[in-house]
Amino acid sequence: MNKTIKLLISVFLLFVSTCLYATDDAGFSEGANFEEVTGEALYHAICQGCHMTNAEGAQGAGKYPALAKNPKLAAGAYVIYMVSNGMGGMPPLKQYLSDEQIAEVVNYTRSHFGNHFTDVVDADDVKTIAQR
Amino acid sequence: MSRRALLGWIGKTAGAGAMYQAMTSLGFAAESSHPDKLNLGGAKKGATVLVLGAGLAGMTSAYELRKAGYKVKVLEFNGRAGGRCWTLRGGDTYTELGGETQQCQFAEGNYINPGPWRVPYHHHHVMSYINEFNIAIEPFVQVNYNALVHSTKAFGGKPQRYREVQADYQGYAAELLGKALNQNALDEALTHEDREKLFESLRHWGALDAKGDYKKSHEVSLRRGFAIPPGGGLSPKPEPSEPFDQSTLIQSELWKYIVNGQDIEFQSSIFQPVGGMDNIAKAFEKRVGELIEYNAKVTKIAQSDTGVTVNYEQQGVAKTAQADWCVCTIPLSILSQIPVQTSSGMQAAIRSLPYAASVKVGLEFKRRFWEQDEAIYGGVSYTNLPITNISYPSTKFCDKGKGVLLGAYVWGANAFEFTSLSPKERVKKAVEYGKQIHPQYAEEFDNGISVGWHRVPWTQGCYGLWTEEKRAEHYENLCQVDGRLVLAGEHASNLPAWQEGAISSAHDAIKRLHQKALSTMA
Repeated sequence: MNKTIKLLISVFLLFVSTCLYATDDAGFSEGANFEEVTGEALYHAICQGCHMTNAEGAQGAGKYPALAKNPKLAAGAYVIYMVSNGMGGMPPLKQYLSDEQIAEVVNYTRSHFGNHFTDVVDADDVKTIAQR
Repeated sequence: MSRRALLGWIGKTAGAGAMYQAMTSLGFAAESSHPDKLNLGGAKKGATVLVLGAGLAGMTSAYELRKAGYKVKVLEFNGRAGGRCWTLRGGDTYTELGGETQQCQFAEGNYINPGPWRVPYHHHHVMSYINEFNIAIEPFVQVNYNALVHSTKAFGGKPQRYREVQADYQGYAAELLGKALNQNALDEALTHEDREKLFESLRHWGALDAKGDYKKSHEVSLRRGFAIPPGGGLSPKPEPSEPFDQSTLIQSELWKYIVNGQDIEFQSSIFQPVGGMDNIAKAFEKRVGELIEYNAKVTKIAQSDTGVTVNYEQQGVAKTAQADWCVCTIPLSILSQIPVQTSSGMQAAIRSLPYAASVKVGLEFKRRFWEQDEAIYGGVSYTNLPITNISYPSTKFCDKGKGVLLGAYVWGANAFEFTSLSPKERVKKAVEYGKQIHPQYAEEFDNGISVGWHRVPWTQGCYGLWTEEKRAEHYENLCQVDGRLVLAGEHASNLPAWQEGAISSAHDAIKRLHQKALSTMA
């Protein structure tokens, strides 16, 4: 690969990554709901607050479980349920998110951070599980 | 629609946060009963109590139970007492989950209360300890008519004075109601005498002229302020100001912000401890500090017919504490992760409660430009920007040194987004947004510190987010004396997030625990 093409690709990748991270360009949501669209943007705007940037979780008086390399994420329905309805201290997030957004962030998390689940969930799955 | 039905509907459609706001604005969640002098007295000789958590609920329990004759020991996760009753000052460090440490760089005497920051006059339990311990308090300026209300979508994004929006909104509302009266629209609702008296009251309330119009006048300017204010001698002649265009004002939605101070939780008089909220915690600590074991992380709570056994870790060493009784004030966000031997009802209750996202950012500036340039002394400016509001210090007015204001106080979706940022980024964003309201930020900003409550290692969230449905299902189970264990804290109260909830919950819990202790053999 010649140098120009390499440079073009890296510029392109940089551009893509800036576009996808809502939190990087003062992209706060304006209304009461989350306005991030992609799974990646949603993860870094919401989940990262507790589960951390690389989904490594955290430990204090209690802990936030790591989502990275987490076999519990095998069941897409379980992840949809957690995001939608919460569990223990984890707040339910469905009040702030559409079915599509929940599906996006669930798919993103299940296919990143060392998770390689290939089946995807969609808005209909969320509709069934979230029970709005 | 009944008030309760309305609340249920708001809870379902807009979520718990909105419902809580509605509950407070409907006066549902706010009042706490006046405490009887808690005089437990007469504990059985040698009876022991283990208190988990040295926040206000825990220290209240320790203080009162020891007074009653119990031998008390307190385990606390942090290296300090107070829990969420917490103040950050220059020199303090704070490490959040994820490992980032912030060093507070505020000048001597400046501070921020990351948690509770106000004490309403009717929070009788808090006020009674303030009295008993002689904690110095001062007025907290909640409503400042010269502070700003701001929307990016109104008045070209230019902030407006609270008093102008308040006066004009009230004036126009009075004028319109007066017109409805005079056009006979309310003839069926009111008698002739009442209509006359109401019209008179509307003129009085809205600063209307004789005909009932709200328009530029001396009287109106006595409410909203003058274009040229009155002065002495040969200074320019006073000039009344022009009210906003009615439609522009209605469409601005700035009227949202002028009711806050009318909520009972924020009504005058409202106070703050002089020098920081944690002076309340310190006053308790002074009295019960010798009972507290710090840096103790509870890992298991077990009980039998004869007592309670708590496992904990201290500097990596596994330890055990035993007592006849236990008051556990650990936030449910943490307690739900610890094995606790209780009834299934209490288990379910402990695991039922999500914790709210909330963020505060303290910003220090080289000078108090809000006072010096804009005559804003204390109070709150409101905005639709993600920072939600800017609160100016209600203390040390006219101080010539650096000043700290609350540069962001955020709930809901934006609070999650703020929490997800690094501490430094949160401060940076608060400065960027705040600049739209006070351009002086650009020149005068010095340093800042931020607390995202979901990143706080010992609470994993701000407060327990009850809904009416959850309360119906779990609240009573949560508050029972379960064997030899009782829970206390804001989560076990009808005053979520307030210190009054923590202390009144502790009073109620230890009264019942004490009764049980007296009526139990051995």
